[in-house]
Amino acid sequence: METNYSVLLNDLIKAFNETFLMCGISLVAALVLGIPLGIFIFLTGKGMLWENKITNFIGCFIVNIVRSTPFIILLVVLLPFTQLVAGTAIGPVAASVPLAIVSVAFYARLVESSLHEVDKGVIEAATAFGASHLRIIKDVLLPESRAGLLRGFIITAISLVGYSAMAGIVGGGGIGDLAIRFGYYRYQTDVMFITVALIILLVQGMQSFGDYLVKKSDKK
Amino acid sequence: MIRFENISIVFPDKKRSFKAVDDVSFEIKKGEIFGIVGSSGAGKSTLLRTINLLQRPTSGNVYVDEQNITDLKGEDLRKLRLNIGMVFQQFNLIRSKTVYENIAFALKIAGKTAEEIKTLVPEALKVVGLTEKANAYPANLSGGQKQRVGIARAIANKPQILLCDEPTSALDPETTESVLKLLKEINEKFGITTVIITHEMNVIKKICNRVAVMSGGEVLELDEIFNVFASPGHEFTKGLINHTINLELPERFTEKDNYEILKIVYKGDKAEEAVISQTIRKFNVDMNILHGKIEYISGKPLGILLVRLDGNVNDVTRAKEYIRNNTYKMNVINGN
Repeated sequence: METNYSVLLNDLIKAFNETFLMCGISLVAALVLGIPLGIFIFLTGKGMLWENKITNFIGCFIVNIVRSTPFIILLVVLLPFTQLVAGTAIGPVAASVPLAIVSVAFYARLVESSLHEVDKGVIEAATAFGASHLRIIKDVLLPESRAGLLRGFIITAISLVGYSAMAGIVGGGGIGDLAIRFGYYRYQTDVMFITVALIILLVQGMQSFGDYLVKKSDKK
Repeated sequence: MIRFENISIVFPDKKRSFKAVDDVSFEIKKGEIFGIVGSSGAGKSTLLRTINLLQRPTSGNVYVDEQNITDLKGEDLRKLRLNIGMVFQQFNLIRSKTVYENIAFALKIAGKTAEEIKTLVPEALKVVGLTEKANAYPANLSGGQKQRVGIARAIANKPQILLCDEPTSALDPETTESVLKLLKEINEKFGITTVIITHEMNVIKKICNRVAVMSGGEVLELDEIFNVFASPGHEFTKGLINHTINLELPERFTEKDNYEILKIVYKGDKAEEAVISQTIRKFNVDMNILHGKIEYISGKPLGILLVRLDGNVNDVTRAKEYIRNNTYKMNVINGN
């Protein structure tokens, strides 16, 4: 099939917008919910400020369920929930619901593991000086793990670009979906190449930008 | 000022529980520098942490200023901690904050206003002599400088008690010396009650007034440091002190049978008396000094000599008797 490049350009712009919309919503969710969830799992862990086996187990269990279920299945299983939250089960906003859930769980794990990198002695020192838990989180845990949190955020964002390709299942659109529909189903190899190249560029750009931010923030 | 009353701390373990501190009771006086010495695993660090309740005792009570603090919680516990500074072996500075911000952090916790912080941080930096490093990050400081920041952070809020957990164990000998000097200055200037944990008797010797020797969770002995050095009551303490004073003879002396070596300890006023020369004159014996040292502990001299006496048997016996009566302590460490 002949490729009409001006049509393709429009399709690409639309697809990029959809990808950005889906990833944007999910990443905001990761920040707003993933960081607190990661902190919560970290602090309820063994020897930590809020040590509590049961709540820690529940937190870890939920995160693991989400992370171990293949995304495509999660997408389908969550359809009723998506309908409830987004008012529709089709389109990029609807696809953002399962994507957000995955990114929250994914990022929470990464947040937890970067918090583990924080020197326990510094936490002990802050406790010894009489710091409240909230202040320890705000002035010790978060700034001390800033580089790790940023790195994790970039990893989450890049993974989301990949996950969002599956959003085509529910008509979510996006560049991954474009590559599959035109490049794969319709044998328009050139379209596939262009989209894949653009995705590579996008991911590379995100990674470089992330590395730059990490370097700038790291004072160690 | 600080009083431990039958403190025991047990760490539960699946197989068998571990008793880190075993029924310890003693008191630390206001304004003194008190040392707790012992090898690793002796329970000293665990005991220290009961003073600000980083570690809660399994049983027993801790009193600070005659107040039983053992069950303090929440806001009361926080208030107690504001009055107790702490210095750590690994410094434990916040790496993402500058020296200034690290100290300001401790003051913010204490509820100081921005105005107060602006005067208190430079004050603390001046005490530790690091005024020009205010805007440096910990990564760019040497070990000694990091510990000075740690000390500045601990005293910025002008607490009454300063806890030091192996404050010099990560430092080289020269830096150790200067950090100890600083701790002593701070103690004298502010009258801050200081508790120092260490495994080095040398640290104790330099700055402490009194010392508790711990091993296996128990306090073996507790006294003025001079007394502990002059007459250690326990084998473990003797080992620690010998290691510090280090009077080691080459094997060619100690291997010989029937080669009698006397260890003479003299202290205080007697250190300056000429017992040795008098012995030689009075009893017609030859005295061969193999090793010797005078340590000044808390400004008081403590002398230790390893000598060998030669001469006819009667003279030697009488000379030994004379030395025994006129020095603090004399014992035969080799031979029959």
